[in-house]
Amino acid sequence: MRFLGLVWANLTRKKLRTTLTIGSFAVATFLFGLLVTIRGAFSGGADVAGTDRLTVINKTSLIMPLPYSYLSRLQQVPGVAAVTFATWFGGVYQDERNFFPQFAVDKDSWFRVYSEYVVPGDQLAAFMRDRQGCLVGRALARRFDWKVGDRIPLRGTIWPGTWEFNLDGIYDGHRPGVDTSQMLFRYDYLEERRAFGKGTVGWYVVKLANPDDAVKVAAAIDGGFANSPYETLTQTEKAFAAAFAKQMGNIELLVLTIGGVVFFTLLLVTGNTMAIAVRERTAEIAVLKTVGFADTVVLGLVLVESLLIAGQGGALGLLLAKLFTLGGDPTGGVLGTFYLSWNAIGLGLGLALLVGAAAGALPAVAAMRLDVARALRRA
Amino acid sequence: MVTVDGRGDGGLIRVRDLDKTYRRGSEEIHVLQGLNLDVGRGEFVAFMGPSGSGKTTLLNLLGGLDVPTSGSVTVAGDEITAMSSARLTAWRARHVGFIFQMYNLIPVLTAFANVELPLLLTRLTKAERRRHVAAALAVVGLADRSRHYPRQLSGGQEQRVAIARAIVADPTFLLADEPTGDLDRKSAGEIMELLARLVSEYGKTVLMVTHDPRAAERAQVVLHLDKGVLVEGSALGAAGR
Ligand SMILES: Nc1ncnc2c1ncn2[C@@H]1O[C@H](COP(=O)(O)OP(=O)(O)O)[C@@H](O)[C@H]1O
Ligand SMILES: [Mg+2]
Repeated sequence: MRFLGLVWANLTRKKLRTTLTIGSFAVATFLFGLLVTIRGAFSGGADVAGTDRLTVINKTSLIMPLPYSYLSRLQQVPGVAAVTFATWFGGVYQDERNFFPQFAVDKDSWFRVYSEYVVPGDQLAAFMRDRQGCLVGRALARRFDWKVGDRIPLRGTIWPGTWEFNLDGIYDGHRPGVDTSQMLFRYDYLEERRAFGKGTVGWYVVKLANPDDAVKVAAAIDGGFANSPYETLTQTEKAFAAAFAKQMGNIELLVLTIGGVVFFTLLLVTGNTMAIAVRERTAEIAVLKTVGFADTVVLGLVLVESLLIAGQGGALGLLLAKLFTLGGDPTGGVLGTFYLSWNAIGLGLGLALLVGAAAGALPAVAAMRLDVARALRRA
Repeated sequence: MVTVDGRGDGGLIRVRDLDKTYRRGSEEIHVLQGLNLDVGRGEFVAFMGPSGSGKTTLLNLLGGLDVPTSGSVTVAGDEITAMSSARLTAWRARHVGFIFQMYNLIPVLTAFANVELPLLLTRLTKAERRRHVAAALAVVGLADRSRHYPRQLSGGQEQRVAIARAIVADPTFLLADEPTGDLDRKSAGEIMELLARLVSEYGKTVLMVTHDPRAAERAQVVLHLDKGVLVEGSALGAAGR
């Protein structure tokens, strides 16, 4: 674009001001990046939940169990590729404040359904051999500085007593955003030791042969168990995760409010800056028009300038936010995921550009409408 | 030929019954009232007149920067007073070179980039633009100052850059509003020398407003703005009456 030199000259005319404005965008988008990341952590991975999985829970309440006998019936529902299940353990490690989720899972089927968990082959083999074995996520291991081979005692709150586990392996997510703040141990160990609740599981997870069949398969499952003592509620993992996250409070609203205020403030600040920048140049804009620059070109020059500021600041802020999240969860594992997705980065950049366009719009229109004869007299 | 009685043959510029009335609140200021003017190609015309007599107003109307209350301005057959504002802008880019008292260079652009501005609106390639700019800067004697910014130039040099900008796209005519009004005598003399040379050597048509009788002397014709119309005169006063 042949006018780029002109836009560049205008951008660099007040370097400090331009830098500060770019900085405002960077700060706002950095904050946006962190807010989105934290929101993602609290949404219980709803954003990265598998689209090919259904969660089957007791229709009455999530905390009510389902019979183990449903396993074979679920496996026969058309469209179901695999079934696994889990039970919430609710153990305490040393102190109540050290909360993290623990699930008793079926060692044979769990990883068939949760293919995003990656466990080194020898560690998985050890887990398979070890009835008291457990696997913990990378973030959880880091939080308590656990190593393979450690013995982890938990105080049971649902099933009393001290339960000891051997840390056989540490799992990672094979894509970013997978929750690695959890502990998995063997259902057969729970079943053997617990005094009540035998023969039940917390919930089932169904892997679909074809994600498009979600609605059909869910209806078939719930229909199959209708009017039984244990009616089921089957929903997508995403819906399940979202419902689960609701129990954490309305983080979404908090994040939206903070984000909204930040971007609105940014709009006011940069709108004012752009207005001043253009007003200072009234005489020059008049000269451009005198020379024959069309109104639309003058409009475009101001808008492009504003968008360049927004784009640079936005890219910088989001890049810093990304680097920050790559550095790991600063709480040391309390947040299950600490991941800024490329989608969120795109959204942040889009928002920054939108603010840039809005901030530049009024001054750009003013520049477009400028009456040359009048402006030249004032110069 | 330059005539002001409305009976000329136009040649290049033909102005008929030009009225311009400004309204300030309830008060009406009749600046131009039935002004006529005919200017041929290659003429060098100076407009004189007291401050507030409407000289700038007239130049703005001739250059399509403003629209008259009534009357017409026709340049090389195009009636610019009938054009839409967008067409007028495009017309200015092709046909008019403006020179102002305060030079009006863009401070953040080099002399080269300032001169190049009008060419950005043409289809010329970068290399062609560079050649044209170099040629224009050579004409005004500033070939060695192309990388300088306006603040690194003297007033006279700034005005010469402005003249290079005015001529670079080879416009049909040049309009200069008190081009020496802010310059010392020596620089003013150089600028007038340059404008006169543009007319004599390059065959340009120049219409210039000036207060300075020395400057007006360089022109072939001196016209005085008096009560809203033009009258022929000399550089030393509204003679001929
Ligand atoms: N936009 C405007 N609104 C009202 N009056 C104006 C405007 N522009 C110029 N005038 C008036 O028109 C008259 C002529 O102005 P101008 O053409 O600038 O004169 P000159 O250039 O000869 O000094 C002056 O009285 C000036 O105050
Ligand atoms: Mg004037």
